[in-house]
Amino acid sequence: MVLEQAESWGRLFRQQAESFAPPSHEALVETLSKGHKSLLPYGLGRSYGDSCLNLDGALLKSTHFDHFIEFDQDEGILRVEGGVTVADILRVIVPKGYFLPVTPGTKYVTIAGAVANDVHGKNHFQDGTIGCHVTRFELLRSTGAKLICSPHEHGDLFKATIGGLGLTGFMTWVELKLKKGSGYFDVETVKFRNLDEFFAISEESNEEYCYTMSWVDCLAKGSQLGRGIFMRGNHATNPPAEPCEVSQRPRVAVPFEFPNFALNKFSIRLFNEVYFNKFRAFNRSINQHFEPFFYPLDAVHQWNYIYGKRGFFQYQFVVPRDAKDTLVKIFERIALSQQGSFLAVFKEFGDRESPGLLSFPKPGYTLALDFANLGDSTLQLLTALDELVLEVGGSLYPAKDARMTSEVFRTCFPNYMDIEAHRDPAFSSTFWQRVTRD
Amino acid sequence: MTKTILIFGASSKIATAAARVWAIDGAKFILVGRQVDTLQTLVTDLEARGASGAIPLALDYRNFAGHEAFVNGLIQEHGPIHITLMAHGLLGDQEEDQKSVASTMAVVDANFLSYISLLTPLANKLEEAGSGSLLVISSVAGDRGRKSNYIYGASKGGVSLFVQGLRNRLQSKGVHVATIKPGFVDTPMTAHLPKNKLFASPETIGHGIVMAEKKSSDICYLPFFWRFIMLIIKLIPEMLFKRLSL
Repeated sequence: MVLEQAESWGRLFRQQAESFAPPSHEALVETLSKGHKSLLPYGLGRSYGDSCLNLDGALLKSTHFDHFIEFDQDEGILRVEGGVTVADILRVIVPKGYFLPVTPGTKYVTIAGAVANDVHGKNHFQDGTIGCHVTRFELLRSTGAKLICSPHEHGDLFKATIGGLGLTGFMTWVELKLKKGSGYFDVETVKFRNLDEFFAISEESNEEYCYTMSWVDCLAKGSQLGRGIFMRGNHATNPPAEPCEVSQRPRVAVPFEFPNFALNKFSIRLFNEVYFNKFRAFNRSINQHFEPFFYPLDAVHQWNYIYGKRGFFQYQFVVPRDAKDTLVKIFERIALSQQGSFLAVFKEFGDRESPGLLSFPKPGYTLALDFANLGDSTLQLLTALDELVLEVGGSLYPAKDARMTSEVFRTCFPNYMDIEAHRDPAFSSTFWQRVTRD
Repeated sequence: MTKTILIFGASSKIATAAARVWAIDGAKFILVGRQVDTLQTLVTDLEARGASGAIPLALDYRNFAGHEAFVNGLIQEHGPIHITLMAHGLLGDQEEDQKSVASTMAVVDANFLSYISLLTPLANKLEEAGSGSLLVISSVAGDRGRKSNYIYGASKGGVSLFVQGLRNRLQSKGVHVATIKPGFVDTPMTAHLPKNKLFASPETIGHGIVMAEKKSSDICYLPFFWRFIMLIIKLIPEMLFKRLSL
């Protein structure tokens, strides 16, 4: 056991916490059997809020569970230990003509973390979440029981663990069905001047383009409300022969915390203006490497340091397709507050249902935004947004959250007691304690 | 062409990280460790990542008398060897070890004497073959003796000198010899130490080792900035250095 700084990506919680990094299976079983306050599996700490923290208990790090177990290149089935990263998987599978069926916006996450948060990517409309592509996994419970979970075996635990925030046990390995496809992409960017144009482009793109997402200027108002850049792409149909190499490390780094004032409404407005105008109305580029398309921010090590010491909140919600009026209200509210940052991602989710009980995506529109932590004014804004989202039956993403109340959580996930029933009694998290407290 | 890669101390995090990069290109591995069981996970790992084979072998690093036969035997069976990585070692605990001859000697045996007894027959075989790359992990700790770490440091410093001599001897014979000098690395060996900005990940070091082979480097500090840190440390006059707490 060591005491170390426990931090999540939003850097709102920073304090010393206990952690274990068992070097072997035997050591892991021993740690689980010791009866600590409570444990939480921890991968790379890329969840934004407190769902990957356990400040009153201890973290159980998957660092040494980083081995590949089996890669069936004929069937495209991959089995790896839970601590293997998405970056590591891509390094191996891309040269063999495979791609991950679903990937989040960073490759620096572990595969167990990806499953525990049932992550989605640019291809949600067609392919759903990562949980839709998990064939089975092994779950180690604190009793020492090793359970192989799949839709056919321990099906209830399978559903509870996908998106289950690490609360149901330690995922020692995960098996996935990979997707065939080049690591090069044919990519188009289309400018939209307002929300109506976005809805039209999104609808027209859903069938023909597997990967879609948009950047929005959340400071724009009036006739330009919701303006942005729509990005869409497919695996390259005519990729170059040379193998697609995966970078070993980020190209540049944010070497230290920026001062808190570095990001303010003026610098963000300037960035948004320049960024929006940098794009032509339409642009097409063929055979783009997958890294800038999927992981633009991975090129900058510790980009979260730009928010300074205060840290930041990320807010991601989904609202149903027919709640377009609510989306307008939300964009207006954010623009009025002048708090939104330049990192704002907007996209349409499809209908494919995940097996995960606590899975976040639902059919509709989702928006993810960063807000520098300005204290009460930020919290008040987010509470106001909660009301708008819940009014139309929308939901919030636990992996991003650091502040939703237990009432909001229970409204978003009325089935949360099913997770509580499958939670390993030795496991908990700061998030779970917060949202299940009465 | 499939490369054959021999690794001593294969289950160390640094060696594992380098092996994983080579595995993607389909290399064949001979993995040497203290116990075959603990190597089995790595065998599976490397094969799943694309290695065209991985053979685990057990070796007692302190049984010097058996080393020559071990090296000759494995080269006869699996040779020629294209890359050899020497990565086994023992950090020890300076304050405890200095009180005991036995534990001091255990560190010297693991980090220095076993390297000499393995490198001697290996160098002869490589010289005979007239090709191959020998990558030996030493340490920045071997550049200057400090009270906090001199047993480990001296054993690594000895390795650096020995390897430097080998490089001089083998350079005209077509054999590449690299001295790898990592700084602080975040591995189980250093799990008990508080971490700071100078700590690098085993993946960074592993990638550096792969690059050192590709570029035929002689002395390779990993990450590169340690070259400058150690240059400054080596330049401090002894009069002053002996008073420092480093």
